[in-house]
Amino acid sequence: MNNNTMSRWQRIKDNDIFWSFINSPGAMVAAAITLICIIAAFAAPLIAPFNPFDPSQISLWDGKLPPAWAEGGQSQYKLGTDNQGRDLLSTILYGGRLSIIVGLAAVFLGMVLGVSLGVISGYLGGTVDAVIMRIADVQLTIPGILLAILINGIGRAFLPLELRDDFAIYVVIIAIGLTDWPQFARVARGATLVEANKEYVQAARVIGLPGWLIMIRHIFPNTLRPVLVIATIGLALAIISEATLSFLGQGIPPTTPSLGTLIRVGNEYLFSGLWWITFFPAIALVVLVFSVNLLGDWMRDALNPKLR
Amino acid sequence: MLFFILKRLAQSLLVMAVVSAVSFSLFNFVGDPVNNMVGQDATREQRIEIREKLGLNDPVLTQYTRFISNAVQGEFGLSYRIRRPVDTLIMERLPATLELVFVSAIIALVVGIGLGVYTGIRRNSWMSRGILSFSLVGVSLPTFIIGIALIYLFAVILRWLPSSGRSGTIDLGFWKTSLLTVDGWRAIILPSITLSLFQLTLILRLVRAEMLEVMRTDYVKFARARGLSERSIYFVHALRNTLVPVITIIGLNIGGLIAFSVITETVFQWPGTGLMFIQAVDFVDVPIMSAYLMFVALLFVVINLIVDILYFVVDPRIRLGG
Repeated sequence: MNNNTMSRWQRIKDNDIFWSFINSPGAMVAAAITLICIIAAFAAPLIAPFNPFDPSQISLWDGKLPPAWAEGGQSQYKLGTDNQGRDLLSTILYGGRLSIIVGLAAVFLGMVLGVSLGVISGYLGGTVDAVIMRIADVQLTIPGILLAILINGIGRAFLPLELRDDFAIYVVIIAIGLTDWPQFARVARGATLVEANKEYVQAARVIGLPGWLIMIRHIFPNTLRPVLVIATIGLALAIISEATLSFLGQGIPPTTPSLGTLIRVGNEYLFSGLWWITFFPAIALVVLVFSVNLLGDWMRDALNPKLR
Repeated sequence: MLFFILKRLAQSLLVMAVVSAVSFSLFNFVGDPVNNMVGQDATREQRIEIREKLGLNDPVLTQYTRFISNAVQGEFGLSYRIRRPVDTLIMERLPATLELVFVSAIIALVVGIGLGVYTGIRRNSWMSRGILSFSLVGVSLPTFIIGIALIYLFAVILRWLPSSGRSGTIDLGFWKTSLLTVDGWRAIILPSITLSLFQLTLILRLVRAEMLEVMRTDYVKFARARGLSERSIYFVHALRNTLVPVITIIGLNIGGLIAFSVITETVFQWPGTGLMFIQAVDFVDVPIMSAYLMFVALLFVVINLIVDILYFVVDPRIRLGG
């Protein structure tokens, strides 16, 4: 047992990706910030000073208070409060959690859809390949954010008004997921074309394994490296898309706000000089997206043997 | 060449068919069209009569072909909320969007190419480094946050420019323009900067990369050897050859500008077609939604067709590959 874990640690240490990570300070900083953001967001119920969804902890009298260090601020509200009297720091932590969850779910949906279609496309070839790849090409000519807005709008229109807020989060996830599958499909197809000609796949065919088993068990694991890069960059894009939809009032409702919803609400108070309701969620969003992006950039360089 | 264009044309028609099917199903499956026309207190007989008159009892395929033939003529019925024909509503809003996109495209092109050439020539100066790091920020900031930041700086703190709306419009009969008055220009500055920033950074980076490439070619070295002035090397020999890829991406950039105009219009409450769509979703105004969907799809199909043909004309290698 001990021996086994030792050798696994050894294997990780000898890995080229690990080596590249250790030797790239930018990547380490980006990874650290991303990790802090994610941990802080998921530990929100433990570390947030208030629970913004508990009405007994919210008092409208404390609404619109500036940050603690500014004039008129109160020490228990470090970053001030929003228009409803919720502690801004706690709301940002909870909102960040929602943004990350939606982003991860959307990327996962796009990944499952895109990788399956990509592997099928590359393995089967012929008409199936042509049709799937043409659809992906056509979809890629339309900017993702516009497509997400349109799909999300159609999805909302189909929901009855009273269910809109309850299902908004799922509509957003589906809209973003349906938007980002072509990138995954392209990359997975490319990797499949390479793998399908290798000897182990031919051997699997010779012993009579069915096509779907070869695709899932043998080809799919070998497409994961490039897919991981797309997924990381896709996560940053998905978080931006969710924030944009929510900012447009087409996403997560204000009762359980995400970062985008917080920025939208704060934007209405910008002219009254209540800058902090917009500013802090926006900073949180930018830091999160920027660090995930940097991580994705590093990963693209590290996993691409051509650039080494 | 003809075969290539025909193939692309067929593909465009297919895309339009899919989008129109989605638009059509919005009409048929969202809410009750009869309710939306006559309101809650119509009698049963009235409802049946209207159902028959609208042709809602016909087979779905007949209804779909009727929808298409109406759509081709720009006929999408009345907006549920505003009770006016959708095509006139779109035509009223279109100038606002097109002027915003036009001004943004000019900013993105002029500033983008200018800075791209500068950073390409003086690649190691601190100015170039500054511009490049700044462009990195431009790429990674979400559009709506740039818009909010500009509003807060120039409208709330400095009070130099208006924060929302389109003012100083002059009616030319067929086109309401805001580009002929000072007020109109003041109103368009912030939204167009917001909208252009992302495209600007893309063009900047593209031109810079092309410029670095071109500066290494033999004909530029030869031009230097001939003793031509720096200016004529940069602008006559180098810049010209960087423009081929730039021209071809302009089409895609216009697509991007139209896409992000939905966001920019909402941030600045700019009365264009994008804001109209967002408001239509809020009120489930199906005719406007479905018309906008068809309109955007058509726009992108046409842009892509033009870009494809442009590629074909500009780059002989594609012609051979067919």
